[in-house]
Amino acid sequence: MSTQPLPTPVAGPPPGGGLRKRAWSGFERFQGLLFVMPALVVLAIFLIYPAYYTIRLAFYESDFHFGFFHYLGVDNFKELLTNDPDFLDLSKFPPGGALINNLRWVIFYISLSLIIGLGLAVLAVRVRYERAVKTAIFVPMAIAATAVGIIWLLVYNTDSNIGVMNAVWHGVLGQHQVSWLGNPAIVNYALIFAYVWASVGFVMVVLSAAIKGIPMEIMEAARVDGAGEWNIFRRIMLPMLSLPISVVTIWLFINVIKVFDIIYVMTGGGPGTTSRVIAFTMYEETFHNGRPGYGAAVAVIMLVLIAPVMVLNVRRFRTEKVVA
Amino acid sequence: MATVESAVPIRARTRSERLVRLVSRGPLHIALIGIAVLWLVPTVGLALTSFRKPPAIASSGWWHSFTQWDWTLHNYDSVITATGMGHAWVNSVIITVPATILPLTLGALAAFGFAWVPFPFRDTLFLIIVALMIVPIQTSLVPLLKLFANHGHLNNHYYGIWLAHTAFGLPLAVFLLRNFFVTLPKDLIEAARIDGASNLAIFRRVVVPLSVPALASFAIFQFLWVWNDLLMALIFVSDPSKQPMTVRIPYLLSTYGQEYNLLAAAAFLLMILPLLVFFSLQRYFVQGLLAGSVKT
Repeated sequence: MSTQPLPTPVAGPPPGGGLRKRAWSGFERFQGLLFVMPALVVLAIFLIYPAYYTIRLAFYESDFHFGFFHYLGVDNFKELLTNDPDFLDLSKFPPGGALINNLRWVIFYISLSLIIGLGLAVLAVRVRYERAVKTAIFVPMAIAATAVGIIWLLVYNTDSNIGVMNAVWHGVLGQHQVSWLGNPAIVNYALIFAYVWASVGFVMVVLSAAIKGIPMEIMEAARVDGAGEWNIFRRIMLPMLSLPISVVTIWLFINVIKVFDIIYVMTGGGPGTTSRVIAFTMYEETFHNGRPGYGAAVAVIMLVLIAPVMVLNVRRFRTEKVVA
Repeated sequence: MATVESAVPIRARTRSERLVRLVSRGPLHIALIGIAVLWLVPTVGLALTSFRKPPAIASSGWWHSFTQWDWTLHNYDSVITATGMGHAWVNSVIITVPATILPLTLGALAAFGFAWVPFPFRDTLFLIIVALMIVPIQTSLVPLLKLFANHGHLNNHYYGIWLAHTAFGLPLAVFLLRNFFVTLPKDLIEAARIDGASNLAIFRRVVVPLSVPALASFAIFQFLWVWNDLLMALIFVSDPSKQPMTVRIPYLLSTYGQEYNLLAAAAFLLMILPLLVFFSLQRYFVQGLLAGSVKT
């Protein structure tokens, strides 16, 4: 920001020494602070100080009183990454543990949400009932993860007389009934799909607005030149949507690192520990296993995973401000 | 906007042309309507289940309810009174309303300071708030619970959860509102200053009335976020008689695991208020979503 050019007077300094900026009295200089102070105080006490406390706690052994019991150095992290198969298990194939499950979430949740959301955004602008389609897709955004959990427990019910999934799989396709949430090989994907269902609306709305911002002339020109719809999508729309797509991807990433509610409601991390994710381990270790220090280490890992996004956000905002 | 028109081919003139168009665009319509219906199925299934009698639910899928035509409101009656969900619903309201108004007020004041009243380190402080926007709740759960428990057992009342939600909503509030406030016409605010209006008066009489859409956007976000939140309520509301629906429904689930008549009715009760808010104020919601995401 120091590189911002200063406006230079064309005809030299005005006569009489020029206009001096009005000297601000002490009170006026700090009046703005009065406006932001309540917010800053709340943030300092309830957001910044707790983050500091948690980071410190990650290096300690603690108990249900959350005190700094016994200094451990990096032992909590070492244990998490090398000696806790519920968190990270590389000894089998496919690897398991909360961290790997969360990686599954990152890959499948983000890509599925993006593909379906983008597809819907591109297709929906071509029909007159666009609004109706969008509303249908968008509604789940307003539904609490707790309710989403109940909705999908019903869909995934093992009884083909109750669950619509098995009604199709068993009743229509004639396959054996599947316990979608009881099978460790399937449970994570079943959960991911339920969450994709709830998130696609967001992707669609943001990308749809971006598509409408693309100047019509460009696409018309391509059409006149004989470009097919697929080429227009590949070579014109997609490049022009790269910024909104990256913004949406970041949002999905933050969402997926924090995912907790839907797993808590639908499977409780089970069967066994096979559907745990990072946030679930944090909750479980801190509030059920009485190891807040260990749980704090998990929280710090979450913070580290999200930190690059934080840096990105700040950097983007700074550059934007210089332009504006 | 222009693209919408261009994407829809020019209106066919004759009946046969129209037919050809319909057939050639058939796959598009089938795909779109198909996905939209698919997306509605889970919610519709839940809604229908909540009005069916328990024996019907156990013996046939909800999709049979169109032909069986045997509805009841009894599920809602039992879930509201017998399982205490009516009480939990009220708790949700008690938690959500102050947890929306507080960050809205503090956030708007701060946003005005950041947008229109210069002070030392203004930009640095604002960047810190931008960075705080995505701090995960998990880093605050333990220290806040300790803080609340040690100071007047705030976690046995609603104060704890109100404050926690206020802190977590504030960064977004400041960010969204400040970005809206800076777009207000400078002349207007300068004119008010020259007329001798104090900053507070400018905030109240000029900025707030002109910023209703942005304030509404944030209020809706925060409302939905707090109402739908499970994790923070789980940790910061220790007293079972004060817990909101999002926390009580999992308890219901562990007690009545397969009784979908109760579970569906409870889930539907939880959804109904956000859906009403969402449908009546959808415009503001989408505006806020776009402002927040495009800028973030």
